[in-house]
Amino acid sequence: MQQGGMDTELEARIGALIAPYLGLEGPAMPMLHAIQATFGFVPEAAVPVVAQALNQSRAEIHGLISFYHDFRHAPAGRTVVKLCRAEACQSRGADRIADHARRRLGISWHETTADGAVTLEPIFCLGLCAAAPCAMINERSVARLDIGRLDSLLDAAA
Amino acid sequence: MNRVFVPGDALAVSVGADEVAAALRALCPGVEIVRNGSRGMAWLEPLIEVETDGGRIGYGPVDLTDLPELLSSGMMAGVAHKLRVGRPEEVPFLARQTRITFARCGVIDPISFDAYRAAGGLVGLQRALAMLPGELIAELSDSGLRGRGGAGFPTGIKWRTVQQAPADQKYIVCNADEGDSGTFADRMVMEGDPFLLIEGMVIAGITVGATRGYVYLRSEYPHAISMMNRAVVVAENEGLLGPAVLGSGHSFSIEIRVGAGAYVCGEETSLLDSLEGKRGQVRAKPPLPAIEGLFGKPTVVNNVLSLAAVPDIFAKGAAAYKALGVGRSRGTMPVQLAGNIARGGLFEVPFGITLGELVMDVGGGTATGRPVRAVQVGGPLGAYFPPALFDTPFDYEAFAARDGLIGHGGVVVFDDTVDMARMARFAMEFCAVESCGKCTPCRIGSTRGVEVLDRIIAGDASQMPLLEDLCETMKFGSLCALGGFTPYPVMSAVRHFREDFVRPLSMAAE
Repeated sequence: MQQGGMDTELEARIGALIAPYLGLEGPAMPMLHAIQATFGFVPEAAVPVVAQALNQSRAEIHGLISFYHDFRHAPAGRTVVKLCRAEACQSRGADRIADHARRRLGISWHETTADGAVTLEPIFCLGLCAAAPCAMINERSVARLDIGRLDSLLDAAA
Repeated sequence: MNRVFVPGDALAVSVGADEVAAALRALCPGVEIVRNGSRGMAWLEPLIEVETDGGRIGYGPVDLTDLPELLSSGMMAGVAHKLRVGRPEEVPFLARQTRITFARCGVIDPISFDAYRAAGGLVGLQRALAMLPGELIAELSDSGLRGRGGAGFPTGIKWRTVQQAPADQKYIVCNADEGDSGTFADRMVMEGDPFLLIEGMVIAGITVGATRGYVYLRSEYPHAISMMNRAVVVAENEGLLGPAVLGSGHSFSIEIRVGAGAYVCGEETSLLDSLEGKRGQVRAKPPLPAIEGLFGKPTVVNNVLSLAAVPDIFAKGAAAYKALGVGRSRGTMPVQLAGNIARGGLFEVPFGITLGELVMDVGGGTATGRPVRAVQVGGPLGAYFPPALFDTPFDYEAFAARDGLIGHGGVVVFDDTVDMARMARFAMEFCAVESCGKCTPCRIGSTRGVEVLDRIIAGDASQMPLLEDLCETMKFGSLCALGGFTPYPVMSAVRHFREDFVRPLSMAAE
């Protein structure tokens, strides 16, 4: 019962969150972005709420969420480190930096360290390709990255 | 006191421009700091510019630790210093350019409507407002403008199709899903001169009879998203957007929509599906988006650079634009020099300059100082060119004739440490990760491509015919350019760098 109560509360909160977007043309993506911005991920409870609001099936909304790389199904670590893996960054040693990050953190792509501090993700192009290699640390973009710089950023995230 | 310009552009910010601006504010209270866009000389960022009697004087790249000494040695008066680059427009990299789309980028305060107007903004729209629908199409068609997103389709034909399609609602959709590695021109326009894009979209709207516009902007560009949202509000307050555009009888509104990390949404039909709130899957064509586009309505889908070229065409006339360029590639192309290059950045130039001039003369070769081995032109779906093909002129047809494409104008340079078999594998891997899944050649072919390349990299040269066969299938059987063009990087790597694919087993095992 208690579980159900929490779900109802969560669903009501999500319903209020997406209500302002109902008047838009094609509101689904803005709704999902708003949910992720609030919770840090898209909770399972959002699926039926969004489905009902848009008069679509749960399967359609699940399919929508799972199509896009940005939408998370679970909370990320406190710091999300996105390392660019695209060609321009590769030409300036992005692979070495990625290897170093995985070794140091002891995790692979899309994983989070056991203490919940850092999530490591690949990203394909931040548009900073004339100052490669690049990364995005939470909302902050970093260019001309090298292993020393990455280490100091990871130190700060520990 | 003189104004100081510290770029707010994402690249400048990523190498410390915000920290420099904050320190400058603390060290020189009272000085007016303008957060301009970037001039596009990436190796000089953060590039500070100080207003002096002799014009704006640049200093860069400025590190936070340089600032106290720069100030004490007289930076505010524009005096000599080892970081002084002089007047930015006299730096050879800028002096060699023909800046039309990027004329204001890095020069003005991007969010100041007065600055935009004072620097020639709105002239094109005002002229367009006085023209008849047929005249508008004729002006655009006569300019020879072709879609800058990559396909190079004549923009005038696209607009005429939408203009002639009867509908109660039409749309202008700006494709700002600039996902190609090595490209950043769209980002620089949106961050450095956002009203230019808005003006271009408004002209498109009044030409075809559309009243609503959407900018589909990728989530990887938070600075551009923020700037475009601010600019739309200013444009509404200034009457550039709204029920009466600049007091005319035309109505036009713009909304910024944010993508969610799917590369394939840069393909116009999957972009439209994403805007509608669906999975970003490619649509079969026909129907063309110009006939049945967003929500089934006639829709102009144009790249940022195509729309940003429009105001100048209307301000100065089609003939002036068409006078630039070569063959059927008219006007200028904002080329983006990226990757392992000494002087990377934004280089706007009339079509016709050779690839070698761009990489060696303008870009100065590699940043690492090693020989250039390969250059990928046109993003992850573009071909790799060896230096032997550096005489290729930057022109849609010339690149096609050499089994390449100019795409969105990105040029990514690699030195002689690159392993081209690994780059070919990456192209297949990227396609597998980003495939929308709708068609089999792309969805399955890319995964099979990774497997085949893994065997080749392990030393099994007998797999080469299989790879070529697979590329044929993907090229001719895929629904869109993702699966259809992935063979370009793969096969160009095979063709020009075969030694990386077929090597003695002893070497491959190392």
